Amino acid sequence: MNDLTPIKRTIKDWESDQEVRWCPGCGDYAILKAVQRTMVDLGNDPAQTVFVSGIGCSSRFPYYMASYGFHTIHGRAPAFATGIKLANPELDIWLVTGDGDGMSIGGNHTMHLLRRNLDCQVMLFNNEIYGLTKGQFSPTSRVGTPSPSTPAGSVDAPALPCAFALGAGGRFIARAYDISKNLPDVLKAAKAHKGTAFVEIFQNCIVYNKDRFADFVEKGVADSHQLWLKNGEPMLFGKGTKGIALDVARLTLKVVDVVAKDDGTPDWQAAGVLVHDVANRTVAHMLVEMPFGAFPMALGVIYDDPRPTYEAELLGQDARVRAGKSANLAKLLAKGQTWTVAGEDQGPLAGV
Amino acid sequence: MATIDAEGGARDLNPAQVGGQPEAVVVRFAGDSGDGMQLTGGQFTLSTALAGNDLATFPDFPAEIRAPQGTLFGVSAFQINFGSTEITTAGDAPDVLVAMNPAALKVNVGALKPGGLIIADSGEFNKRNLEKAKYAANPLEDGSLAKWTLLAFDISALTLLAVKPFGLGNKEALRCKNMWTLGLALWMFDRDRQPLIDWLHSKFAKHPVLAEANVAALNAGHAYGETAEIGGQIRQQHVQPVPAAAGLYRTVTGAEAISLGLVAGAQLAGLKMFFGGYPITPASAILHYLAKLKEFDVTTFQAEDEIAAICSAIGASYAGQLGVTSSSGPGIALKGEAMGLAVMTELPLVIVNSQRGGPSTGLPTKTEQSDLYQAVYGRNGDTPMPVIAARSASDCFDCAIEAVRIATQFMTPVMLLTDGYIANAAEPWLVPDPATYAPFPASFLEEANGAEGQVLPYKRDPQGVRPWIKPGTPGLMHRIGGIEKAIDTGDLDYSPGVHQAQTDARKAKVDGVAKATPPQDVAMGPTSGKLAVVGWGSTYGPIHQAVRRSLARGLDVAHIHVRHIWPLPANLGDLLKGYEKILVPEMNTGQFKTVLRDQYLVDAQPLTKVSGQPFTIAEIEAAIGTYFDGVPGDAGGSEVPADTTQLPSIEAINP
Repeated sequence: MNDLTPIKRTIKDWESDQEVRWCPGCGDYAILKAVQRTMVDLGNDPAQTVFVSGIGCSSRFPYYMASYGFHTIHGRAPAFATGIKLANPELDIWLVTGDGDGMSIGGNHTMHLLRRNLDCQVMLFNNEIYGLTKGQFSPTSRVGTPSPSTPAGSVDAPALPCAFALGAGGRFIARAYDISKNLPDVLKAAKAHKGTAFVEIFQNCIVYNKDRFADFVEKGVADSHQLWLKNGEPMLFGKGTKGIALDVARLTLKVVDVVAKDDGTPDWQAAGVLVHDVANRTVAHMLVEMPFGAFPMALGVIYDDPRPTYEAELLGQDARVRAGKSANLAKLLAKGQTWTVAGEDQGPLAGV
Repeated sequence: MATIDAEGGARDLNPAQVGGQPEAVVVRFAGDSGDGMQLTGGQFTLSTALAGNDLATFPDFPAEIRAPQGTLFGVSAFQINFGSTEITTAGDAPDVLVAMNPAALKVNVGALKPGGLIIADSGEFNKRNLEKAKYAANPLEDGSLAKWTLLAFDISALTLLAVKPFGLGNKEALRCKNMWTLGLALWMFDRDRQPLIDWLHSKFAKHPVLAEANVAALNAGHAYGETAEIGGQIRQQHVQPVPAAAGLYRTVTGAEAISLGLVAGAQLAGLKMFFGGYPITPASAILHYLAKLKEFDVTTFQAEDEIAAICSAIGASYAGQLGVTSSSGPGIALKGEAMGLAVMTELPLVIVNSQRGGPSTGLPTKTEQSDLYQAVYGRNGDTPMPVIAARSASDCFDCAIEAVRIATQFMTPVMLLTDGYIANAAEPWLVPDPATYAPFPASFLEEANGAEGQVLPYKRDPQGVRPWIKPGTPGLMHRIGGIEKAIDTGDLDYSPGVHQAQTDARKAKVDGVAKATPPQDVAMGPTSGKLAVVGWGSTYGPIHQAVRRSLARGLDVAHIHVRHIWPLPANLGDLLKGYEKILVPEMNTGQFKTVLRDQYLVDAQPLTKVSGQPFTIAEIEAAIGTYFDGVPGDAGGSEVPADTTQLPSIEAINP
C-alpha cells in the first residue's frame, strides 16, 4: 500500500448518487459544477472534505457532493463548522449558505466566524430572494422588491454581503456569479487562503427573481459592467477603455476614461488607474461599496490578507497549557483541601 | 447553650442535643454584597469539613453584581447546616445569624429561630444605613429583637484596631471585617484556625501585608471570643464529628462535580471532550471550571450565543468528540431547535441545564425545578430525548457519567438537570476512585456496513442505535441532516411510510434506554404501603429528612427519588402502584406529578413551592403529616397545623 502515485479523480468522483432537486435552469446547477470542477483541479480528497450548510435552496448543496456533508439548521452552519474544525482541524470545510440563511437568520454567526477567522470557505449564494419559502424579499433584495410579503414593494435598505464580511473582520473577500467561467479560479483562491474565505456568488433564481443580475451578467453588458480584479494589475474594464481611479479630493473612487497608447495598449498610468493590491483593506472597503450603475460590479478576489487562524490560535494555546501536565483523573478528583476519615478501609485514594 | 427567650425563661438554643453538645447547628452569614459573605461562608464550610462534621450549604446572593451599598436588595447571605449526624439540607431556621449591617439584619432576622443568636456589627448601624434598610429606629436599641439573643458590638472599629499596625487605608482595613467575624465564628465552634491562615497566605502571596492584616483580623475575632468581653452571653460549643465511611473527603459544589463527571465520562468513553458554552447564571461555573482542565483533552469554546454553543458541540460530536453544552432555562429554550437536529441526526450530546426561576429572565440567582416540561417535551415534533436529574452536589458526578454513557451508547442527546441550589451549594464528598467505574468505550465505523461496500449511516443495531462515523474516514463519505431520511441509507425521504417508521424507531430507541438503566429503588422506608413521597433533583435533602423524621414517629411512609426522568425506570409504575397515596414535592407548579399521572394513571398529588428557596424539612413533614393527621395508623383527613418554625422566603420580607 505504499504506492505514492496521486489518485486522479474526475468530476464523477465528486457527484453523489442523489438526484439533484433544484428547479430546472437554477443558477445552483452551474455553481455545483464549478465546485466539483474546483475539487478535481485542487486534487482534494472527498474523505477529508466536509460541506456544511444551513437551510434554503442553496443549503441542499451538500447532498449532491460525494464528500462528507452536514445539512444543519437555518443560519447556524458557521457554528457547526466551528465545532467540526476544532474537533478535527485536518478537515477541509466548505460552508454553503444563502442571503437569507447567512445574512438574516444567521447574520450573527457569519459575523463571528469571520471575526474569529476559522479556516474554511464560505460560499454565500446571493439571489436576493427567499426561494425555498416561495419568493419573499430577502435582506439583500433591492428597495421596492415586490414579493408575497411586500405586495407594494419592500422598503428595507439592502445589506451588502461583502461589505458586511469585511466590516466583521474578514481577511478574504471575493465575488463571482453562478455562470462565470472564473468561478473555479475564485474558489481556488479562497481555498488557498488560510482563514475564513468569504465568497459572494450572485445566483439567478429563475422562478422568483429571474435575471436579477442581467445588468452585468448578460453577454452584451459584461465587458462594460464587470470589473475583474487581479492582484498587481490595473483596475480596467470595458476592454481597457475605462478604469477605476482614486478621487483624492473626495476620498472615494471614480471611473476614468482610458485612452490607448500608440501600440494599442491602454495608457492606464496616464489616467491614474489604481493597481489592485489584495492586501489594501481601505481600497477593499471602497470596492465592495461601489454603487452599481455608476460603477461596474467588482468581481474576483477583492481582499486577501491572511492572519493566524482561530483553530491554530485556540488549539495552539490549549497545547501550550497542556504541555508538561499529566491527565491523572484520580489526582484531579482528590485536588484541593481534603481530609481523611480513618477506618479499617482507608479507601483506595488515601495518600494520593 | 442556655439563652434567654422572649418570655425571659432559660431555653436551649438548639433542641437537638447529644450529651450536652448540639447535634446540628445552622449558621447564616449575611451582609452587603461587597462584604465578602460568600467567601466567609466558603471558608467556614471548609473549616467545618476539616472538623469532620457533615454539612450542607446554601449561598443566596443578589442578581446584581454590585447593588448599591447598604440596601435591602444588595444583601448577600450564606447559610450552612453542620452536625454530627447526616446532613442533607442547608437547614430550616438558622440558630445563629451574623448580620454585618442593618439591611442584612432586616432581610434575615425573620428566618432566625426564636431564641436564636444575632451577632451584629453595631458600627454599621448608623443613621444612613438604618435609613437605607428602612428602619425607623435602631433595632439594636428599641427592643424589637427581644425574642432573640442579641450580641452587638462594633466589629468595624475592632477590625480597624486589629489591623492598625499594617498601615492600610480605611477602606482596605474594613475589608478585613469578614475575617474578624470568621475568627469569632471559628472560636464559637472550636475550630482550628491554621488551614485558614495557610489559605490567606497563599491567596495574598503577592501582597504579604494584606495576608498579615487578614490573619490579624482573624486572630482578633478569635481572641475576642476567648476573652470575657462577650459577658457570658455566648459560649463555645463543640459539634462532634459525624461517623462517616472511611476514606478521603473534600468539599464539592454541583458545578465542580458535573465538570469532573463529564471529564470522567469522556475518559470512560475514550473520547476527547468539546464544551460549547455561553455565559449565563448559574451555569457559567461549569464553563469556568472546564476551561482550566485542558490537560484532560478538553476544548472549551465560548460561543457568540446559546445557539452557537450547542451547534458547535453538535459539530464536534459529528467529528467524533464528545460534544457538551450547558446553560440555564432561557438559554436552553434557545437551544431547542438544535437539540431537535441532534435527535434527528442521532448524534451524541450532553446538555446540562442548571435550572433557575422562570419564566423568561425570572429569578437568575434563585433555584427552581420548573424546566422539567421543557426538558422532556420542549421541542418541535416527536423528539424523544433522555433526561436525568442530579439530587445533590456529589450526585452530579455520577449523573454526568451516566449522561455521557447514555449519549454515546445510544447516539442521542441527553439532558442533565441540576439547579441553582445544587450548582452553588457545597457538601462533603467521599472522593471516588475512577478505576471502580466500568468503561464504556465509544466505537466508530471504520468500514462500509452495507452490501457491496454501501455505506449505511442509519443502519440500526438491535437496540436501534446507528453507527457513529467520523468525517475523514476513507470510503465512508455520506450526508446527514435535519430532513427526514430513508431507512438505513439516510438519503432524503419524507414519504409517509418512512416518516412513520423513523419516528417509531427514534421513540423505540429512547424508550429502550430504560432497559439499560438501573431499576428504581426506594431511598428510605417500606417498598409498599400507605404513602410514597416521590421526588427528583435537589429536593432530595428535605424529602429525605422529612421522611426520616416521619418514620421515626411511626408513620408508614417511603421516599422514592427518581434520577431517570425520561425514560422513567422500567419498574417505577409497578412500584408506585404498591402505595395507597403518592405525594410529589417539587419546586414548580407540579410538573413531575403530571408526568407520573400521564405515564401510570396514578393519583400523584403535588406539593409545590416556587419562592426561589429550597423546601424546608418542616414543610414536607407537615405535608406528610396530613395523610396521617400526624398519628401513626390514622387515615388522615383533617389539616395538620402549619409548622411555625418554617423559614420564610427571603423574597417575602425583601420584596
